[in-house]
Amino acid sequence: MALKRKSKQFKWHRKHLLGLRELSVEEITYILDTARGFEQISTRSVKKAPPLRGKVVVNLFFEDSTRTRNSFALAASRLSADVIEFTKKVSAVSKGETLLDTARNMEAMGIDIIVIRHGAGGAPKLLSRNINACVINAGDGFCEHPTQGLLDVYTIRKIKGTLNGLKIAIVGDIAHSRVARSDMWAMTKLGAEVIFVGPPTLIPSTASELPVSVSYSLDEVIEKVDVINMLRIQFERLGGNPFPSVREYSHYFGLTAERMKKAKHDILVMHPGPINRGLEMESEVADGRNSVILEQVTNGLAVRMAVLFLVNQAAAIANR
Amino acid sequence: MIVILDSEQIEQILKDLVGRIIAETPCESDIAVIGIRSRGEVLAKRLSGRLSKQLGKDVPCGTLDITLYRDDLNSPQGTAQPQVRTTEIGFDIDDKIIILVDDVLYTGRSARAAMDALIDLGRPGAIKLAVLVDRLGKELPIQADYAGYKTDVEPGKLVQVFLSESDGKEEVVIE
Repeated sequence: MALKRKSKQFKWHRKHLLGLRELSVEEITYILDTARGFEQISTRSVKKAPPLRGKVVVNLFFEDSTRTRNSFALAASRLSADVIEFTKKVSAVSKGETLLDTARNMEAMGIDIIVIRHGAGGAPKLLSRNINACVINAGDGFCEHPTQGLLDVYTIRKIKGTLNGLKIAIVGDIAHSRVARSDMWAMTKLGAEVIFVGPPTLIPSTASELPVSVSYSLDEVIEKVDVINMLRIQFERLGGNPFPSVREYSHYFGLTAERMKKAKHDILVMHPGPINRGLEMESEVADGRNSVILEQVTNGLAVRMAVLFLVNQAAAIANR
Repeated sequence: MIVILDSEQIEQILKDLVGRIIAETPCESDIAVIGIRSRGEVLAKRLSGRLSKQLGKDVPCGTLDITLYRDDLNSPQGTAQPQVRTTEIGFDIDDKIIILVDDVLYTGRSARAAMDALIDLGRPGAIKLAVLVDRLGKELPIQADYAGYKTDVEPGKLVQVFLSESDGKEEVVIE
């Protein structure tokens, strides 16, 4: 192995992670490379390392989440940070406090990193411009969910070696999906070809301006892709009637065992969770040999540890 | 730039280190070598190869990344940004005699970080520190068990180790 002295003098300088659209290929690759070093913390006997000792991370979630929230909380704990959990229902926000006031009050208590999920796109950016703490976007409106995008490309890269030249289908409710957007930015920057697949009512009208192609037929796409990412139908976000019935949606866009027969034998089946079993994906497929859904969750922890570590490092350098 | 060790001298020092490690390690004990990234990794591979050969048994070798255990993460020194890399130790360190290897022992801070990192991986029977170059300027109460070459080069100067596997040449210089 070649270890070049002073190889790659790349420096990470962002104290906020707001989205993947604004990141360079080098920055994305640097996060993924850094995450590799965090994987083993979760597999050894002492599942903790000290780099964020004495730091406080706030989980500021204005929308429901179990996976992302717990993943960030565990990632922060494994790096020895203290974690404060904030939920909208039991906070002063329910008494009318604004987002910035909430954040500034948190900051007055001496917190270092805010992990925010908010229904309004741009909320993390607003925060980052108005407070000193590091801000990590854990999902904003229909805009971005950068750590999900990162863990998805991390998972693909780990198994396939590279994203360059891969064909990737993202299937389902693209219009309401921040995961689809963050995935798209990360995947295309790393050289993959992305195809959005879904009924016309769930494909964003701006898709033609994005670096993707669009298909309305899963059957046409399934046989040529290397990776398929099945999005959850987000019933809580759907307005109107985007498809006639759940059964019809499932018939055309569900990943069934029957449909999988047409796919490449080494296709990776992904899902950001939680799965509506039997709707966007049959259990046989979700639990099948091509599924990497649980690897995504495991890798998410390493990726979030890396992001927490990097933004804190950038803050330490900025405050020097 | 002054060359303080050339390839022949490095070869002689490694031979000498291996001899001393073998002489001081009870023959029934379970021994393993772990190198600190990145020059320690190269030296550890060489030492484990020689130890395996001379002891006639497999002496496992691992690589330790100490970035997460550095004491300057929140008060960064200099301009270089620490890069987290992987720790690759494919064996259980419990109860083993671990020969911890680095290229240069200077302030002792890397060795401190490495000991903390190791102890999070298990409970070794003992940790022994082996270095190619031992220099003045300790900032912690840490000494090498096996020091290849001692130099009194004054603190502040840069001692650089070049090894063929990583740098294409074999020498130690003071800059």
